[in-house]
Amino acid sequence: MSATTAGDVRPHRAPRGGLHAQRRWALWGSYAALTVFVIVFLVPPFYTIMTSLKTSAEISAQKGTPWIVHHPWLGNFWYLITYHNFQLYYLNSAIVTVLVVVISMVISVLAAFSLARMGFWGSKTLATGVFLTYLVPASLLFIPLFQIVGWIGLINSVWCLVLIYPTLAVPFCTWIMIGYFSSVPRELDEAALIDGAGYLQMLWRIFIPVAMPGIIAATIFAFTVSWGNFIYPLAYLYTSNQMVLTVGIISDLIRGDVFEWGRIMAANVLASLPPILIYAFLMDYYIAGLTAGATKG
Amino acid sequence: MAEVSCRKLVKNYDGGVQAVKGIDLEIADQEFVVLVGPSGCGKTTTLRMIAGLEEISDGEIWIGGDVVNDVPPRDRDIAMVFQNYALYPHMSVFDNMAFGLKLRKFPREEIKRRVDEAARILDIHPLLERKPKALSGGQRQRVAMGRAIVRNPKVFLFDEPLSNLDAKLRVQMRTEIKKVHQTVRTTTVYVTHDQVEAMTLADRVVVMNQGIIEQIGTPQELYHSPATRFVAGFIGSPAMNFLNCRVEDNGAGPSVRVNNQIVLPIPPSRAHRYSAYKGKEMVLGIRPEHMFDYRDAERPGYARIDAPVDVVEPMGMETLVHFFIDGTPVCARCDPATPAAPGEVLPLTADMNNMHLMEASTGQVV
Repeated sequence: MSATTAGDVRPHRAPRGGLHAQRRWALWGSYAALTVFVIVFLVPPFYTIMTSLKTSAEISAQKGTPWIVHHPWLGNFWYLITYHNFQLYYLNSAIVTVLVVVISMVISVLAAFSLARMGFWGSKTLATGVFLTYLVPASLLFIPLFQIVGWIGLINSVWCLVLIYPTLAVPFCTWIMIGYFSSVPRELDEAALIDGAGYLQMLWRIFIPVAMPGIIAATIFAFTVSWGNFIYPLAYLYTSNQMVLTVGIISDLIRGDVFEWGRIMAANVLASLPPILIYAFLMDYYIAGLTAGATKG
Repeated sequence: MAEVSCRKLVKNYDGGVQAVKGIDLEIADQEFVVLVGPSGCGKTTTLRMIAGLEEISDGEIWIGGDVVNDVPPRDRDIAMVFQNYALYPHMSVFDNMAFGLKLRKFPREEIKRRVDEAARILDIHPLLERKPKALSGGQRQRVAMGRAIVRNPKVFLFDEPLSNLDAKLRVQMRTEIKKVHQTVRTTTVYVTHDQVEAMTLADRVVVMNQGIIEQIGTPQELYHSPATRFVAGFIGSPAMNFLNCRVEDNGAGPSVRVNNQIVLPIPPSRAHRYSAYKGKEMVLGIRPEHMFDYRDAERPGYARIDAPVDVVEPMGMETLVHFFIDGTPVCARCDPATPAAPGEVLPLTADMNNMHLMEASTGQVV
């Protein structure tokens, strides 16, 4: 390389159409897309929170902007917290969700481990079959499932949801876990086998810790399926004492053609808290690259 | 500690591929045996069958006097070091090494004692609390060896453990592995495709090719007395030169004729052995280290070859000179001060005392 004198130094300018320009355009594009994304996804929750803090009078007032609360009021929240039915919906949702997550994850993890790692005859076909069942829309299934639930005698029982939700969660959770388990280097099972582990020990002590990001992703999915499902509780539950939050809120807070918007919105905010907390808590652990260091990278 | 024995061992894969074709191998207690060969020769499959990670299609494997064909890996009392380390990424180095002992319900004090002892042997004491991702490649491989040592197994199995390390570290770790074996004296089966690794580490080397064993012997035996053309070409770097030739006797003693110009004398010590092949198409094998700058013309067994130099590779301590004889590439190891230059003819000496003669059709060394 030739020596460069001080007099040769010129301001560094990015060539037109070069990498810098491309990067700038990519960044502008990213910001624009993210702005649209933020508006679309965050405006509804913002409006929900604003409305939940208003009195009925302020909500129905024709003057002023509806986007700002002029007189913040927690009466809607207080009403719901002290309202027995709402407490019951909350409890029902919590029980159903905890049980569904536990049942779905136990089944999914065991199924995925055997399908991904035990290599028995037909395991690949079975794995594809599991995924295909997920592609059947829930809105097609609820009528035949209604018959089944009816035969079992669980119509209008919150336990029918504990039975049905895993059928929605397990296929997709299994599929996610198959992907994660397959990405674990095969030498790890072989090392564990030689170290003296059986299949269950291998699963418990090697695969579950290593595939924790996948398990968390699957858990979040199972939680979301259970906590937010609307169509099944709407179809199968009809008395207040059996209802979960999604149907309880609309059946209890919409009376005839009277919409109690403040309470509905406050109920939405309260109902959103568990998913937000769960996401915030689990996301800390939801980090990729837990297998770093296992093998030559 | 134990002897290992493979008897008529066969491995068939789906689709009719036979990876191992009925090999017989006896490994003595405390012996360090290296399986070496090119990719796909069946060496790793053999090792994995010994480990119990591959099912055996036919034949028997004995470890310590017992047939282990149907014994699961954990009950074979073996330890394996993998090419990719295979450390448990969520466990510390200590836990990685202690895992096998914990599963076998060893008392805590005994586990600590064994891990400490292995860490001392491998010099990894300061790393015991670290996770694998915080270790370098060499350190990870040491931990993988530590995991094997703590178990105090009957047999160590190494599956190309140094392949992922850089050249310098590989040499260093090679010495470490040898040192560890000298310390713990456990029967060891080691797989590699690197013949230098095989030669430096092994008590005996097993050269495999296309699912069969070409030759078993000490490194010196393989180098000096290869049984086949494959072994002769595989062992040694640069590889042995092979030249088509015909054995003849023109009255001045037996010789090999490479072409019209090159006729090389067969030393008297080999004359009788090669006399049966007179007139036959054979292959002359001569290592590059046995072809050097022209000197000592009168010495018995030394013959002159004029080499039209093609490429010169100075290596520092020696210079490799490449040339062609009838289109066949030939390499000679010359003095660093050799006057070789591309395009010129360099007189070389072929030390025929170290020649090898093979049957052209079978590749068997005669």
